Amino acid sequence: MGIEIILDKCTGCGLCVKACPFAAINIKDKKAEIEANCTLCGSCVEICKFDAILLERPKPSDKDLSEYKDVWIFVELREKDIKKVSFELATKAREIADTLGERVGAVILGGKVKHLCDDIAAYGVDVIYTAENENLIQYNTSNYAGILTGLILKYKPNIVLFPATHLGRDLAPRVAAALEVGLTADCTGLSIKDGLLLQTRPAFGGNIMADIISPSARPQMATIRPNVMKVQSPDSSRKAEIISIPVDIDPKAMRIIIKEIIKTTESGTKSLDEADIVISGGRGMDSAENFKILEDLAETINGVVGASRAAVDAGWRPRSDQVGQSGKTVSPKLYIACGISGKIQHQVGMKSSDTIIAINTDPEAPIFDIADCGIVGDLFEVVPILNDELKKNLSKD
Amino acid sequence: MKLVACVKQVPDTTEVKVDPKTHTLVRDGVPSILNPYDHYAVEECVRIKEKIGDGSVIVITMGPPQARSALMKCLALGADEAVLISDKAFAGSDTFATAYTLAQAIRKLGSIDMVFCGQQAIDGDTAQVGPEIAQQLGMPQVTYVEKIEIDDKHKLTIHKQTEDGYHILEAKAPLLLALLPPTSFQPGNPPMSRILKAKKKPFNIWDAEKLGGDKSKFGLDGSFTQVIKTYTPPSRGECEIIEKEGKEAAKKLGEILLKHEALIKR
Ligand SMILES: Cc1cc2nc3c(=O)[nH]c(=O)nc-3n(C[C@H](O)[C@H](O)[C@H](O)COP(=O)(O)OP(=O)(O)OC[C@H]3O[C@@H](n4cnc5c(N)ncnc54)[C@H](O)[C@@H]3O)c2cc1C
Ligand SMILES: Nc1ncnc2c1ncn2[C@@H]1O[C@H](COP(=O)(O)O)[C@@H](O)[C@H]1O
Repeated sequence: MGIEIILDKCTGCGLCVKACPFAAINIKDKKAEIEANCTLCGSCVEICKFDAILLERPKPSDKDLSEYKDVWIFVELREKDIKKVSFELATKAREIADTLGERVGAVILGGKVKHLCDDIAAYGVDVIYTAENENLIQYNTSNYAGILTGLILKYKPNIVLFPATHLGRDLAPRVAAALEVGLTADCTGLSIKDGLLLQTRPAFGGNIMADIISPSARPQMATIRPNVMKVQSPDSSRKAEIISIPVDIDPKAMRIIIKEIIKTTESGTKSLDEADIVISGGRGMDSAENFKILEDLAETINGVVGASRAAVDAGWRPRSDQVGQSGKTVSPKLYIACGISGKIQHQVGMKSSDTIIAINTDPEAPIFDIADCGIVGDLFEVVPILNDELKKNLSKD
Repeated sequence: MKLVACVKQVPDTTEVKVDPKTHTLVRDGVPSILNPYDHYAVEECVRIKEKIGDGSVIVITMGPPQARSALMKCLALGADEAVLISDKAFAGSDTFATAYTLAQAIRKLGSIDMVFCGQQAIDGDTAQVGPEIAQQLGMPQVTYVEKIEIDDKHKLTIHKQTEDGYHILEAKAPLLLALLPPTSFQPGNPPMSRILKAKKKPFNIWDAEKLGGDKSKFGLDGSFTQVIKTYTPPSRGECEIIEKEGKEAAKKLGEILLKHEALIKR
């Protein structure tokens, strides 16, 4: 078990040296040599063109499961700030760790991240593992997965939680496969049962719920849907121990290069999957211009505008606004569906919202099956009056 | 260039109904379809092959014998060869075991340049199998792929969806791509002539023996996650319809919303 260089195959090309995020490989006498600080993260194996590196990680059955302690979260950033979902994860991790009598650990990777440590500690995090490098400012799968895999092998957490965002769903399976452990996707509920993490998730397009455990391997890993877990109020007097992990990243070893970053939503606006209030429009909106009335309502109540696929297909809204099976999953406190029939593919993306309001001319529209409250009526009449009503009352205080 | 597309046959989740009495899924009569994401991935894979000019597309699936029909469809869509990985030993696979089995099959196919997957399968919706295959093959991956172009030197330009737009990436094979169909994508049926042609293409069936690899990583034994219970989500209760004319209804809704925590706690 461990890592080994097959000397016959190694050409001393040095690619692995560049790829190692922990600077644990050197070239000596034209052959790669692994140093003691190797974490078995596997970044070198992936890049080697000559199959000259043999890596064998401990098998789950060989592991003493009781060695694994603490509940970790992966902290996702948005530009320079911590994403709201990370606070949701921290809150949940705290609750689970208290049940187990363990600590909460958080991993933050990025350019400069030290100043964020107090922010996340306030949600109940005890230990923070940070790695700072300018090549970590933009997420990239290989480096992030390599560093995380290495950290988990070294510190042996019992549970690791990721956000079920674009980033988390790209990163978590990579790490789980490297560690040979289970991973439960898109959880909407987490608790501890008989000492194990009980993970609840929707499947079959939201038609059923499944309870899942991962008893035989550690860590137990899951991705968690944004907006589902409650956030506790922060306690700024809480401080965390900070462990900095030195990393060394050579951009030349990156095999996928970001050429351009295009934003279709205005910066500064809240993202759809983080919003407390979502107001979505569908084919019933009739035109791109008509979305103005939803924008106005959104401004009044501090919401974000979403869309059904029909509205996106018609070119009225950008794709990043689409809610549903092939779009985003949202679970805000309040979801207002305007001119949306609510077919199953749309429902999948919004069914777990706390409150659903529907405005639709067709009383038979399936959206009314899942709505809490609805108006059978013309949205062009209802929405502007609703907006006036709310504006009048909300500006009073 | 040798390209592989991983496809899955899934129940059409839009047709799945819940039995109102037993609260279990009614799967009888639910048609099995080629996962729409994978349908698109195969079409893209074939398009890239044609753009390159030479090369072949191999479609693989792990599934029961009936999954053959999903592969036949892919052959009709332009894939050159199919592999059905089927054995009782694979039953009960979770994403890790599925990815292990598929990765083993891909290795067996020889040196592969690109692997195409759907972003997710509509039954499990996990989106995990693609990245887990990539990790096991030691290939870089790009998920949430909206668009792929390939130039004469085989350089790939990829649009990857992000939460607030997209990234334009540059990459070279080998790599794995998980594809997101455009919103306008409608999986269509290939013409009869292509379906007939598909019947003449090579079709392989591999059982666990033929596949080789570490048997302890197959099926239930190789799965770390265990589903211990399934149930229908708690019903949301009846919808309260505001039975008033447009203007009055809007005002009433306003009153209700003003009491909602999302507005109080702004
Ligand atoms: C694989 C796959 C993935 C999909 N993914 C998604 C997805 O991610 N997201 C998604 O949304 N869909 C998705 N769909 C499509 C989905 O099945 C529906 O076609 C789509 O959601 C319909 O959008 P809609 O409700 O806006 O339009 P329609 O179904 O046309 O409904 C429009 C509604 O507006 C009402 N209306 C019209 N005028 C007014 C008015 N003046 N006032 C009030 N109401 C009015 C009508 O009564 C009607 O109910 C997917 C489909 C497939 C096959
Ligand atoms: N049994 C399978 N056989 C072949 N490919 C699969 C299988 N399961 C999943 N995949 C591939 O992995 C993708 C993601 O699936 P999932 O992780 O189940 O959401 C699918 O779109 C397929 O490309």
